[in-house]
Amino acid sequence: MTAPPVLALDGISKRFPGVQALSDVDFELRRGEVHALVGENGAGKSTLMKIVSGIYPADRGTIRLDGEPVDIDGPLTAQRLGISTIHQELFLMPDLTVAENIFIGRERRRLGLLVDDRDLNRRAGELFERLGISLDPRTKVGDLTVAQQQVVEIAKALSFDARVLIMDEPTAALTESETEVLFGLIAGLKARGTGIVYISHRMEELGRIADRITVLRDGRCIATLETAETELREVISLMVGRRIEGEARPRPPSGDRRVVLRAEGISTKGLLRDVSFELREGEIVGFAGLMGAGRTEVARVLCGADRAESGRIYLRGEPVEIRSPADAARLRIGYLSEDRKRYGLLLDQDVGFNVTLSSLTSYVNALGLVRDSQVREAAQTYVDALRIKTPSLRQRTSNLSGGNQQKIVLAKWLAKDCDVLIFDEPTRGIDVGTKEEIYALLNDLAAAGKAIMMISSELPEVLRMAHRIVVMCEGRVTGVLDNADADQETIMEYATRAGDHGGIR
Amino acid sequence: MTETKAVSAQERALPRLSGGLLRRQLQQVLAFASLIVVMAFFSLASPNFLTWSNITGILLSTAVIGILALGTTFVIITGGIDLSVGTGMTLASVMTATFLVTWGWPLTLGVAGGIAFGALMGFVNGFNVAVLKIPPFIATLAMMLIAQGLALVISGTAPIYFNDVPGFTAISGGSLVPGVPNAVLILFVLTALAAVVLSKSILGRYTFALGSNEEATRISGIDVAKWKIVIYTLAGAFTGIAGVVLAARLNSAQPALGLGYELQAIAAVVIGGTSLQGGKGSIVGTIIGALIMGVLVNGLRIMSIPQEWQTVVIGIVILVAVYTDILRRQARAS
Repeated sequence: MTAPPVLALDGISKRFPGVQALSDVDFELRRGEVHALVGENGAGKSTLMKIVSGIYPADRGTIRLDGEPVDIDGPLTAQRLGISTIHQELFLMPDLTVAENIFIGRERRRLGLLVDDRDLNRRAGELFERLGISLDPRTKVGDLTVAQQQVVEIAKALSFDARVLIMDEPTAALTESETEVLFGLIAGLKARGTGIVYISHRMEELGRIADRITVLRDGRCIATLETAETELREVISLMVGRRIEGEARPRPPSGDRRVVLRAEGISTKGLLRDVSFELREGEIVGFAGLMGAGRTEVARVLCGADRAESGRIYLRGEPVEIRSPADAARLRIGYLSEDRKRYGLLLDQDVGFNVTLSSLTSYVNALGLVRDSQVREAAQTYVDALRIKTPSLRQRTSNLSGGNQQKIVLAKWLAKDCDVLIFDEPTRGIDVGTKEEIYALLNDLAAAGKAIMMISSELPEVLRMAHRIVVMCEGRVTGVLDNADADQETIMEYATRAGDHGGIR
Repeated sequence: MTETKAVSAQERALPRLSGGLLRRQLQQVLAFASLIVVMAFFSLASPNFLTWSNITGILLSTAVIGILALGTTFVIITGGIDLSVGTGMTLASVMTATFLVTWGWPLTLGVAGGIAFGALMGFVNGFNVAVLKIPPFIATLAMMLIAQGLALVISGTAPIYFNDVPGFTAISGGSLVPGVPNAVLILFVLTALAAVVLSKSILGRYTFALGSNEEATRISGIDVAKWKIVIYTLAGAFTGIAGVVLAARLNSAQPALGLGYELQAIAAVVIGGTSLQGGKGSIVGTIIGALIMGVLVNGLRIMSIPQEWQTVVIGIVILVAVYTDILRRQARAS
């Protein structure tokens, strides 16, 4: 081997209060290489990359760039050294334009004061052209879709001419065609010698674009593998430390299942047009469709977050009015948002509080005082039942991993004794091992007679979990399939029936 | 069966609880320690400081700000702010005077009316914030101006004296407990009450939930608008009580007084470790914060430091208190 690797990490360790996040991790990135970093949530991928990008200092270990030891003492230093990061969460300013966001802090000025907007837009335009992106630099970022914002974030990172580019779940919010564009960008960067660290939960992507794969588990480096010589199944089992079962399909529901919730002709001012479907006891109904098909909008109507303009909702045959989330909660309809941090959790409060938030009124005595021992007992029951990994009920929710946070939101609705549960992308941003646990939980909940609506953009997940599948496109239901009649191709066909609004007869 | 289960759950929770107790209450402990340090300093600096009459004097002068700060604590923990407590207090005392002096209502009814009027102002604030969705800063700023103006209009810009209302001044000046002025007693009782409500009641839990993440709280099925109105109304009731206590102490409703009290109340809350971002805070902290300010003003006066400098010192104390809190949080995060 000749040239030193562009990035070499040697014996990196990092401790957080109560957790050894990283122990003695080695990692190496060559020029022009895409090196995937995989592991369950909490395995330490993000922590490792935050150390490289200067957000956390390492407790021990050395970082070398092109063979030179470097001291990365902050994000600015990292940027100056040519390390750019595309974070999982977007850090963009919605009220500024695309170009302003990309070049913030690097604007060329006129008369020392005024920002030269023309120059800004021209440079952004050149960058987009080089990267093959079609976006107007003058658009306000707030007016873009999440996927387009992601593209802006990527363009921003690339505008630094980085020698090391870290991508944390870059495709999580992208559609298939947008993912293709991104892969094209990555190929171009590789050719120019940029080293790319690629963090992703989407195993199927890795086979396509990663040259090597490093597996982290519990803060340790388990293995580094050449993708070409590796079975993905092997990677997954290294990640979770156990074998994962193959492609299963749900058993068809047995016997007569009573309809719990029936939606009839739901339309909203925005997207939804005449949406009708049924949720039955003990059944998981998958909602499939492309981004923007209106699945989340349906969920938000059912949980009272948004109002429908017309249409009716029946609960066990009785018409009900859902005007607010408080109404929905009274009717025992629980909603697990795709955006847990925004709509699901009180991040700076503890686990016990979050679990019992919705059901708090049932632990109150006549004086309006909360019976703390009952709250603790109830919270502990659900923490145990859902196997939420937390040092104690007093732990701040923000300190838990995504999968455990998701379980806390679920626990909150189970504590409220909900019998209609709406899961919006229940496994988004959750690692493979915890995914399996969430699937098992969903099956248990269905077996216990809950009516479950599961919105998912991952077709294998829908096919594996859902007894029936409602397919939506552009705010309408275009098909309702039994699992036995469904495969990925059929679902995609219904999901792309734009213009053909007759639905399935 | 359920009995044993409850016990085991408690046993599980107990060791964890005691372990984290000191760290979680650190801000209050720090605030309390600073209070002690400040008091020790003044005791050494002046023999007149640590006397019973001076201490009750400090408590008496802290009572009104303290009562206002109690209500303000709730509002600030929701992530809101209440700028109307100062002039609202003035209007409540003018209304109390109107009820008792002008209209000749019986004492208890008039006092209850004054407190209820405060609560009504809080209710309007809550309605404007929760239903009309006016930002709390603007809604309560408007109420601050409205209350200031109304207090002057209703009183005819002149103080109203309670000379003909027997027993009224005893509300603040009397001593149900020997040696302790009633105003101080009222502060203590309300503090205990507020502490229980904030830490033990469902209202308190929802106060923290609102400040942590209002949208998640709403999606969790909690009637956010209703609870916000309740919280602002509660703050208004405290404002009303402060109005009565102040009026009783001055034996008059002073329509020009009150502006600036809201900022002192907010300062007490912030020195006590409550975060203006919401989701975090305590009643004990607020009272210690109010006492620190009271002790500083009193101590500096005893040391014959001009009044102009007292506010400078309090400003510096606010900066130091908030910066220590930031340091502490950074230390915990890393």
